[in-house]
Amino acid sequence: MPKLKPSKGAPYARILGVGGYRPTRVVPNEVILEKIDSSDEWIRSRSGIETRHWANDEETVAAMSIEASGKAIADAGISAEQIGGVIVSTVSHFKQTPAVATEIADKLGTNKAAAFDISAGCAGFGYGLTLAKGMIVEGSAEYVLVIGVERLSDLTDLEDRATAFLFGDGAGAVVVGPSKEPAIGPTVWGSEGDKSETIKQTVPWTDYRVGEVDKFPAITQEGQAVFRWAVFEMAKVAQQALDAAGITPDDLDVFIPHQANERIIDSMVKTLKLPEHVTVARDVRTTGNTSAASIPLAMERLLATGEAKSGDTALVIGFGAGLVYAATVVTLP
Amino acid sequence: MAATQEEIVAGLADIVNEIAGIPVEDVQLDKSFTDDLDVDSLSMVEVVVAAEERFDVKIPDEDVKNLKTVGDATDYILKHQG
Ligand SMILES: CC(C)(COP(=O)(O)OP(=O)(O)OC[C@H]1O[C@@H](n2cnc3c(N)ncnc32)[C@H](O)[C@@H]1OP(=O)(O)O)[C@@H](O)C(=O)NCCC(=O)NCCS
Repeated sequence: MPKLKPSKGAPYARILGVGGYRPTRVVPNEVILEKIDSSDEWIRSRSGIETRHWANDEETVAAMSIEASGKAIADAGISAEQIGGVIVSTVSHFKQTPAVATEIADKLGTNKAAAFDISAGCAGFGYGLTLAKGMIVEGSAEYVLVIGVERLSDLTDLEDRATAFLFGDGAGAVVVGPSKEPAIGPTVWGSEGDKSETIKQTVPWTDYRVGEVDKFPAITQEGQAVFRWAVFEMAKVAQQALDAAGITPDDLDVFIPHQANERIIDSMVKTLKLPEHVTVARDVRTTGNTSAASIPLAMERLLATGEAKSGDTALVIGFGAGLVYAATVVTLP
Repeated sequence: MAATQEEIVAGLADIVNEIAGIPVEDVQLDKSFTDDLDVDSLSMVEVVVAAEERFDVKIPDEDVKNLKTVGDATDYILKHQG
């Protein structure tokens, strides 16, 4: 048997740059109230959301991703040709074949980078980051672009009081590359398929095609069950990610949970007993829940406003439909 | 050892105080969580989880909506505590 050469990667990986794209149209709660019986006060008090962005026809999944990625690549100080992998996490790209990652890789000017889409709901960023780290350490790519992108407005039932106000659109991207020091901790991740009914698409596309339903599929959820799981089960996962990285809450500078609902964020902060000095991302207020895009978008904003700085230690945790989750500690770019 | 009604009310009072900032003496059997104690439907989930831990009970989501008053919750815990 011939002896195979081992693959050779970098000792560790790190996030080198981040970029975001928020659609130009800002949608205040008043617009949501046109279709549901609710109030601005109720929406703010239950979710923290004041405004969200909705994409227009030109702001496609690919277009938003390319904008966000361009910024991430510039922020990382590399060129597109150096990128060996493009991972796109999305649940709202409606042309499933081919993967949208290939178009993005091409339009960005990568040199035939490996490109593929993944589906891991609101945990998609953490899943993508974990794959990227593996690719870099294993040696199949030097730099990998991880993109979370959603047009959830296309999957929102504007007449559903429980979800109409929650979702938004946008893209967030990071460049992951080689590092001499560990800068992405071990990922604590998993799935709980026994809870798949708590957040889901109403019906399969095929039911809609054959006219079995007249309403376009949308995302529905059992809000309180999700809330309970997100706050209490995910706080445990977050703690495990801290333990796995060998740090305590005191060592943290920044907490960037998936931006689902500010009430979930508040409760998690309490349950985790995060110290006062930890900066907490609350981008949900003006961005809504953008699923896979929410963590990189929040990260980009914290760095842009100076609330967080390069080199800070951040705990990131995504959780959502599946149910799936992924948490890890990272050094901010 | 199972908690008495009095102990459960006192425990719920602590929990509601911690979560909604309501003075413990205001938490009485006839008080409604949402109307009297400033505990909205999401804070109620937090109250329930805290009560589960404190009194060793399981309170599934479908039962939470029936717990309108402190008295409802107390009866539920008395009946189901481990
Ligand atoms: C969606 C969410 C805000 C709804 O809150 P909730 O407390 O569960 O809402 P409920 O459906 O239990 O309703 C509570 C009360 O508010 C009312 N209500 C529900 N939706 C409303 C709305 N949009 N506007 C005004 N009132 C509303 C209900 O009628 C009910 O009133 P009642 O008690 O007088 O009957 C909340 O469940 C949530 O955010 N969950 C987490 C969801 C999430 O983030 N998922 C994504 C994870 S990836």
